[in-house]
Amino acid sequence: MSEIADTSPQPHLGRRLRRLMADQPIIPLMVLLILLCAVLQLLSPGIINPLWVANTIKFAIPLALLAGAQTLTMLTGGLDLSVGTVGTMAAFIMATQIGHHDPATTLALSLLPAVLIGLANGVGVGIFRVHPLIMTLGTGLVGSGILQVYQRTVIASGSEIPPFIVWLGTGLTYGVPNALLLFVPIAALIIFVLRRTGFGRQVYAIGDNEKASRLSGSTYWQVILALYVASSLLAAIAGLLYVGVIRTPSLTLLEPLVLPSVAATIIGGTSIFGGRGSYATAILGALILRVLTTLLTVLQMPEGLRQGLFGLVILLVTAIYLRIIEDS
Amino acid sequence: MPMTTSPLLEANGLVKTYGAVRALRNASLSLLPGEVHALMGANGAGKSTMVKILTGALRPTTGRIAIRGVEQKVRSPADARRAGLVSVYQEPSLIPDLDVLSNLRLTRTPVDAFRHWVHELGVPDLDLGEMARDVPLAILRVLDLARALAIEPDVLLLDEMTAALPANLAEKVLEVVRRQTQTGRSVIFISHRFLEISALCDRATILRDGETVGVVDIGPDVEDRIVELMLGERILRKHGAAVAAEARPHAQGKTRLSVKNLRVGTKLNDVSFDLHDGEVVGVVALEGQGQDELFAALAGSIRPSAGVIEVEGEAVKFGKPRDAIDRGIAYVPGDRSDALLMHRSVRENIALPFSTGVRRWGPINMSNERTTVLRAIERLQIDTRAQGEVRRLSGGNQQKVTIARWIAADAKTILCFDPTRGIDVRTKTQIYALVRELAAQGKSVLYYTSELEEIQLVCDRAVAIFGGRVVDVLPVEIADELALTRAAYGLPRDAAAADLGILADPTRPGAAP
Ligand SMILES: Nc1ncnc2c1ncn2[C@@H]1O[C@H](COP(=O)(O)OP(=O)(O)OP(=O)(O)O)[C@@H](O)[C@H]1O
Ligand SMILES: [Mg+2]
Repeated sequence: MSEIADTSPQPHLGRRLRRLMADQPIIPLMVLLILLCAVLQLLSPGIINPLWVANTIKFAIPLALLAGAQTLTMLTGGLDLSVGTVGTMAAFIMATQIGHHDPATTLALSLLPAVLIGLANGVGVGIFRVHPLIMTLGTGLVGSGILQVYQRTVIASGSEIPPFIVWLGTGLTYGVPNALLLFVPIAALIIFVLRRTGFGRQVYAIGDNEKASRLSGSTYWQVILALYVASSLLAAIAGLLYVGVIRTPSLTLLEPLVLPSVAATIIGGTSIFGGRGSYATAILGALILRVLTTLLTVLQMPEGLRQGLFGLVILLVTAIYLRIIEDS
Repeated sequence: MPMTTSPLLEANGLVKTYGAVRALRNASLSLLPGEVHALMGANGAGKSTMVKILTGALRPTTGRIAIRGVEQKVRSPADARRAGLVSVYQEPSLIPDLDVLSNLRLTRTPVDAFRHWVHELGVPDLDLGEMARDVPLAILRVLDLARALAIEPDVLLLDEMTAALPANLAEKVLEVVRRQTQTGRSVIFISHRFLEISALCDRATILRDGETVGVVDIGPDVEDRIVELMLGERILRKHGAAVAAEARPHAQGKTRLSVKNLRVGTKLNDVSFDLHDGEVVGVVALEGQGQDELFAALAGSIRPSAGVIEVEGEAVKFGKPRDAIDRGIAYVPGDRSDALLMHRSVRENIALPFSTGVRRWGPINMSNERTTVLRAIERLQIDTRAQGEVRRLSGGNQQKVTIARWIAADAKTILCFDPTRGIDVRTKTQIYALVRELAAQGKSVLYYTSELEEIQLVCDRAVAIFGGRVVDVLPVEIADELALTRAAYGLPRDAAAADLGILADPTRPGAAP
């Protein structure tokens, strides 16, 4: 029956590598980031210096915050498209109200619409089971309509960006972006919540198998409501930071970051079906997208081609990811 | 061993590794035409992996496969199908979001033949337009089998086909499989139920830790030899009668759970019974007699249409599972896919109930959790070599995780729906011991099982349900398989023994003593 020689198997290096990547997705993303930087350095020698690094981080932070909002919602199989409006509202209200109120009141005022929209999203998705895409698209549109009306009423009184926001958004201390002061604790909090708290467990459980989470006692709407409010708050913070970078409040301030934030999350390995993913990798995803944008700018491509390439890279990375994950 | 015929299928030196996990180390199998060949082994021994390799769903790391004497590479299930090999895998394979008919079209299954087999297998009234997700697990398994049979394979591979089936359906499956072989076709049959193995199979290949450790002819008294090969050690299997003889203390505790005139739609009618502290009540029923609805209602996942559920004397209304859990009622679902987070770790799966509810949203005490989880893992001997994601565990080990969850959660009342489904002999004995231990601690257990011999091994009483009604309540002393089978068919206790099929026939060699 057995004439089998000792076939002590050493799996191929390739397969072992894939397994490593599947278990530690942060490694291939690091490699990709470094690779992109290397290409950039090749194309335009000397471009990578401490100032460039600080600038890249500075621009990546608002994107990473939005990616946080997407990660949270995507882990339960959702998405938050209202982040653009929410962030823009926060920034715009802050810039137009700071002249009339003390900073604390202004902050509260600018976070208020975020909380309201977050609650609306949470109720819609969590209780009425509206699809997150529709729900957040809807609230986002409603929000931006209200913002336009609001703009007419304050058009005369003008706006200003408080120096503190500019300092936080663009300032460097010993070459390190001040925005990290805000971002690092927030990122640490998100990662901690997702990995080490009961709430985080519920988020993954709902995304992985809603029925199982229900049978083991979890209440869907409570988790979803909390998630969408958190998502909105992150968007508002991103808006406040970003206006410090851009320095002019506009009605579409954060809009260009919405789809890239979804892309950063997907590149970071979070499954759009929920249950799988992490925030640390989404941050890397945001950095990768920033570097990629610089790269395409350096190549001096026409805008259309640039967007096309951008999309292609996202597709490619996602496809590779899926292959790795499916196979193990 | 008949040496005159040449094997239909032969596999040698199969190896399959996943990173550091060796699912198969050196597995071989030789299948003769016209035989039913059992593939046996403990949970995680590599049976499913072997079936998947033979049918091209997985590629072996190394190893050779020869079909009708010709060595060939089986690259995909479609490849295997062309060579005459068709498998029913351990997990249901219909796509949940499609109706049955679309599922058939997708796999190019002849519909008429499919219908014929569904009928043969004892499901008379199937609606092909029904969504697969709405079909009960047991029926899904039958559909999987019918689909495989409709393709008329030369070699049929059945991976725990019967594990989710109650006696009446299992019976039909065995009959149909037996008939296959009369035309020279062969079957590879995986099951943890010895009764089925001895009633159906001609030979058995035994795997241990991914290695083929023996091939035996099935005959009387071969069971102990198989168990020894499977586990690499001797264990004493207690038989129902023996345990029943050990008189259990009949100290009746207080009434924990009381069900009065419970009704759920048309499925469950006027069901009443009590469950006491420290008591294990068995539930026996054929497929679809209302047992699913009974458990779902007690677990708070569906609302009864009439009747009362009382917990410790107080009438309760459960709107959602959380409400039942708050009353100390834990439900171990029969369908693993309803219980597990497939992409999460063993640890997270076991610890899941600890973090549900807003009050438990805060930071987790990781070291406490680890201790609790490890204790449960050890208790149930879960093979944790692939614990990073539960979907990588073998079927039986996944089942153990679902049980471990509620052991760890320390619930007062445990509703077990066929908990030993797909679990190997050794662990089964441990689970029986565990259930008895829980009862000794004063916990109450409601225990549905599709394996009737379990009733005498673990229960204090048995409630038989037929057509949505309680038709009999049997004290454990008389609840042997024959009595239970009769009760499950709704027959009165003392009428003359009718022919209830091969499984219930105690005169057959190898059947339960
Ligand atoms: N994708 C995977 N990654 C890592 N390990 C795996 C993977 N798939 C299977 N295994 C491991 O391979 C081993 C054999 O699994 P297999 O499913 O073949 O067992 P089995 O004999 O069918 O057991 P059961 O009776 O419980 O169904 C198990 O230890 C399992 O954890
Ligand atoms: Mg298996």
